[in-house]
Amino acid sequence: MAIEKFQSVESPAVPLPIENVDTDQIIPARFLKATTRQGFGENLFRDWRYDKHNNPIKDFVLNNKSFSGTILVAGKNFGSGSSREHAAWAIHDYGFKVVVSSFFADIFKNNALNNGLLPVQVSGKFLEALFKAIEKDASTLISVDLEEQRISIPASGESEHFEINPYKKACLLNGYDDIDYLLSIKDKIVQYEKSRS
Amino acid sequence: MAGKTLFDKIWDAHVVEEIKGGPSVLYIDRHLVHEVTSPQAFAGLDKRGISVFRPEQTIATPDHNVPTINQHLNIKDELSRFQVNKLTENCKKHGIALYGLNHPFHGIVHVMGPQLGITQPGLTMVCGDSHTSTHGAFGSVAFGIGTSEVEMVLATQCILQPKPKKMRITVDGELSTGVTAKDVVLYIISKISASGGTGYFIEYAGSAIRSLSMEGRMTVCNMSIESGARGGLIAPDETTFEYIKGREFAPSGADFDRAVERWKRLKSDADALFDKELHFDAADIEPMITYGTNPGMGAKITDRIPAVEDIDPATRESYKKALAYMDFEAGSPIAGRKVDYIFVGSCTNGRIEDLREVARFVKGKRKADHVTAWIVPGSKQVEEQAHREGITETLEAAGFKLRQPGCSACLAMNDDKIPEGMLAVATTNRNFEGRQGPGARTMLASPLTAAVAAVTGKVTDPRDLL
Repeated sequence: MAIEKFQSVESPAVPLPIENVDTDQIIPARFLKATTRQGFGENLFRDWRYDKHNNPIKDFVLNNKSFSGTILVAGKNFGSGSSREHAAWAIHDYGFKVVVSSFFADIFKNNALNNGLLPVQVSGKFLEALFKAIEKDASTLISVDLEEQRISIPASGESEHFEINPYKKACLLNGYDDIDYLLSIKDKIVQYEKSRS
Repeated sequence: MAGKTLFDKIWDAHVVEEIKGGPSVLYIDRHLVHEVTSPQAFAGLDKRGISVFRPEQTIATPDHNVPTINQHLNIKDELSRFQVNKLTENCKKHGIALYGLNHPFHGIVHVMGPQLGITQPGLTMVCGDSHTSTHGAFGSVAFGIGTSEVEMVLATQCILQPKPKKMRITVDGELSTGVTAKDVVLYIISKISASGGTGYFIEYAGSAIRSLSMEGRMTVCNMSIESGARGGLIAPDETTFEYIKGREFAPSGADFDRAVERWKRLKSDADALFDKELHFDAADIEPMITYGTNPGMGAKITDRIPAVEDIDPATRESYKKALAYMDFEAGSPIAGRKVDYIFVGSCTNGRIEDLREVARFVKGKRKADHVTAWIVPGSKQVEEQAHREGITETLEAAGFKLRQPGCSACLAMNDDKIPEGMLAVATTNRNFEGRQGPGARTMLASPLTAAVAAVTGKVTDPRDLL
């Protein structure tokens, strides 16, 4: 089963300059009771986004109409904590295609990649530049080119190369699915099992 | 050539194929499944029209959303009930062993696996839960995965995984009175931060680690993920073999002896190279507690909360946000704060040894009137052993409430929530904002420190009362 193909994105960005954004903030545990992958975007950052009476909290960036776009730019160590893939589903379901940070938690990174959500790890300096550019002008476009592995701010000409595992890159560009690949080498897996017994 | 680390030995023996420039195809020996992170994976199999490849290597139990009272009744919450029923349905359909509510083996997956002897040295183990790192205490390579990866394991018994780097953390020396395994791991995380382990798999070594019981070692490995590390492991030794012996799914008789011979070889070579090595002195470790909103924000219980000026300017805003959530003042002493709740339980500290520790301290004492004290055993077996050993009686006499097994207030998916604004000393693993319920404030500590706080009604250095 193919996943959504990813090539490049050019969009304004939503800034979240907070460090250690854990998966409990991205999607609190009480919203994990669904048995499908859809609909989690509604509760993305639930407790930062809504108060206890379900009224939007004005200060939170997702409630600020000046910010929009398909790129989320967040502080260091994004996605720490629980392995819940629901966190990646929620961000993707909300409409983001890219998350930028200077550091990602391992499990979150894998989960994002398995769902066509591109985690772009940049230097602390470039992250600062992104926050500054967005602060100055919320409509600043950010461009992410997966083929070239480059993230840039076209208006200022600032840009940076980012790393991605070549296998995962090919999967995203072509919409390949890991499970299809594993199923295609089942003979090899059976052979491995035999070699151990 | 340098020798190999224990992690390398186990990992390399499980590689089915290396993808050029990509991850390894890693074979998984044991797969644990619970109700929350599996339904979408089973649905994926259905969509592909395939069945579980090796059902006998997967074991399931519902733990995250289950109620901890009246487990003999139908689950009241509709969504939770549906999710638990879905697990039952999926296990039945695919021939997977399920230890459901009221089954004598039911419990938190990471308490259930080890106590049944499912967890063994040298194995690869995964579960759709980040605290799968717990099983590393037995010298296995165990780590948490996402739901897409759960589907991979169900479909092929393999996952695609980049190999992490290796870190060794050595803690030498003798732990002093009042200092437990939980303090050791909170100390380590306070030193390396909540992201210091990211990208690594940790091996814990040294005489202080060796001196820990299996329960203590599980507590340490359990919280590896709180430093960002994918997992943590400890080379197996006599303590490990003694724990496994005689358990339900452990090898027995001559098979056990042969297994032990094999397990004894599971250790890092003397000349093995690690990507990072850290050393700590056990004598420097004191009872620890967290004061912030990530597990790296911990300190000696006798310390003060760091002043804002002492925090790296780049992270000051996040620091201030954390203290504002906790309603704590920078520079103020940690001890002495009034505590509203104490919670003993979870895959970190919900084992029999943890309950024994609490009971030993509270015997003949009474909890402070204003404190609500919840004890949630990690499994049915722990619950029953607590009854047999008279622990239940002791705890109830002290005013503690014993509930039924499950993850409970560790992540507050069920009704066990710490009310908004209340301060809890919890033996769990995460002090994130709202983790124990919207607006709940959590301080992570050992079962002993939690028990002491319940009795005095405030954050207290346990050594003052020992």
